[in-house]
Amino acid sequence: MAKRIDVSGLSAFYGKNKAIDDISMTVEPGSVTAFIGPSGCGKSTFLRTLNRMHEVIPGASVEGKVLLDDENLYGPGVDPVAVRRTIGMVFQRPNPFPTMSIYDNVAAGLRLNGISRKKDLDDIVERSLKGANLWNEVKDRLNRPGAGLSGGQQQRLCIARAIAVEPQVLLMDEPCSALDPISTLAIEDLIRELKERFTIVIVTHNMQQAARVSDRTAFFNLAAVGQPGKLIEIDETERIFSNPSVQATEDYISGRFG
Amino acid sequence: MDTPSRSEHTPSPPDLVTPPGLTSPQTGLAAASAASGRARLGDRLFAGASKGSGILLLVIMAAIAVFLAVRATVAISANEGNFLTTFEWNANANPPVFGIAVLAYGTVVSSIIAMVIAVPVAVGIALFVSHYAPRRLAQPIAFVIDLLAAVPSIIYGLWGALFLVPHLTGLNLWLDEYLGWTVIFDKTNPAATPRSLFTVGILLAIMILPIITNVTREVFLQVPRAHEEAALALGATRWEVIRMSVLPFGRSGIISASMLGLGRALGETMAVATVLSASPVLTAHLLDAGGGTFAQNIASAFKEANDMGRDALIASGLVLFVITLLVNGAARLIIARHKEYSGANA
Repeated sequence: MAKRIDVSGLSAFYGKNKAIDDISMTVEPGSVTAFIGPSGCGKSTFLRTLNRMHEVIPGASVEGKVLLDDENLYGPGVDPVAVRRTIGMVFQRPNPFPTMSIYDNVAAGLRLNGISRKKDLDDIVERSLKGANLWNEVKDRLNRPGAGLSGGQQQRLCIARAIAVEPQVLLMDEPCSALDPISTLAIEDLIRELKERFTIVIVTHNMQQAARVSDRTAFFNLAAVGQPGKLIEIDETERIFSNPSVQATEDYISGRFG
Repeated sequence: MDTPSRSEHTPSPPDLVTPPGLTSPQTGLAAASAASGRARLGDRLFAGASKGSGILLLVIMAAIAVFLAVRATVAISANEGNFLTTFEWNANANPPVFGIAVLAYGTVVSSIIAMVIAVPVAVGIALFVSHYAPRRLAQPIAFVIDLLAAVPSIIYGLWGALFLVPHLTGLNLWLDEYLGWTVIFDKTNPAATPRSLFTVGILLAIMILPIITNVTREVFLQVPRAHEEAALALGATRWEVIRMSVLPFGRSGIISASMLGLGRALGETMAVATVLSASPVLTAHLLDAGGGTFAQNIASAFKEANDMGRDALIASGLVLFVITLLVNGAARLIIARHKEYSGANA
């Protein structure tokens, strides 16, 4: 299931503005990779290039290569819709479909993939909600609107929706930044469970969170205000937090800036 | 119509208790309270003014309703026909004989035809402008649609009578030949000029298209980015994004927009009066000339009406008013039933 991501020479633009410059990195299969760095350094932009969500913004464009195992996501003839079905995404603010029930939210991606037999849907919805540690809380009200859940539950519902289609990679864009500490812990536990099955990339502003959940950490920074964001270094999380090889990383982690 | 419940929430100024010895009367909280007391006079004046306008509006509405009801009662009690079931409209005669059967039927049927044609087209245009067209194209299209709304209805009427009617002859013959078995498209006299409820419906559809398009477009543009991205990230195509997040979010907006359009269609006067060849005929054959609508009948009959005739027309106007109210109420019910899933609480 889990696949490796190989990024080489990737730059992303908003119109003529370069947001991130020439990023190359490898994300190992079945691991959690955390992106940290100051606001505006392009972490989220970079994350969104990994499932071709960046280009849905008017005027946005991408240069470079992203290999999923050996297939270039930006190769000619690759359909971005197919890419997004393979690489799931969870957003900063929980965004369940407000007009759908809990059940339909989880089933939404399955129905897009043409799964429509009631029995199959029931099974996968239950499995996904269990996978997102939400089943026990919602099993008696699957037909209630998803927007009626608490923020933390909504975010786990969104994770259930994303994993229901069995993606190979799961991208998470600050998934806990709108949640309270208890909901955050629930999501972090979930991330540790999910990495058995998926390659996970998570953007976070919370360095303790990066240290707690990730195997590898990438530090992004701006060369200067108005300059595009760059990848400063990527390494084992333990090394980044104890003995990083770049001075800027150490300054950021120890709170000297950012 | 919403009752202005806001005016009841006039905020009363919170009591500020100044601890003795903490502040002298001239400074601190006391001085601040005196200053804000002057500001609250403005608050009170404004609250009074807005409450007054709200009440004035209700009084005027009630006065109009009473006036109409009284005049209508005069006419209805003098009526020798049955107000609800009589076909002809001879309110000037002595004794007066008139009924609204033909008018009610014509009003409702022509509006339904207009809605059936206009709503899907309007939603399609709104989706195209908001989600498909490049910005360079979307703005001119939106501008042209706004222009359509600015054309006076008598111009639509003239265009309908001089252009639309003669050019619909072919469509009428085609419908009669291939869909005649449905009865509604069966034309009794295929050679007759199509000054029918069907033609009126088409004309009304064009007239209400701009308002429905504009309102739905605004609603579609307000769909939160997060909802669309949720669908995109699951691998939805553009149409699937629209089906999963845009249309559900916009549903109550589409209904409201349709009601605005329906309101205009029900009350449209000059265009209908110009195109329709009015006669006291009530038929399921929509392509046949004849029939009438409330507003058209008032416009056509008002000039030559005597006192009784005018009161009778007022009575018919009241019925139109009631129909409009019922339609609006039904729409509100539909919207309220889906409130939980409306997306407003997201």
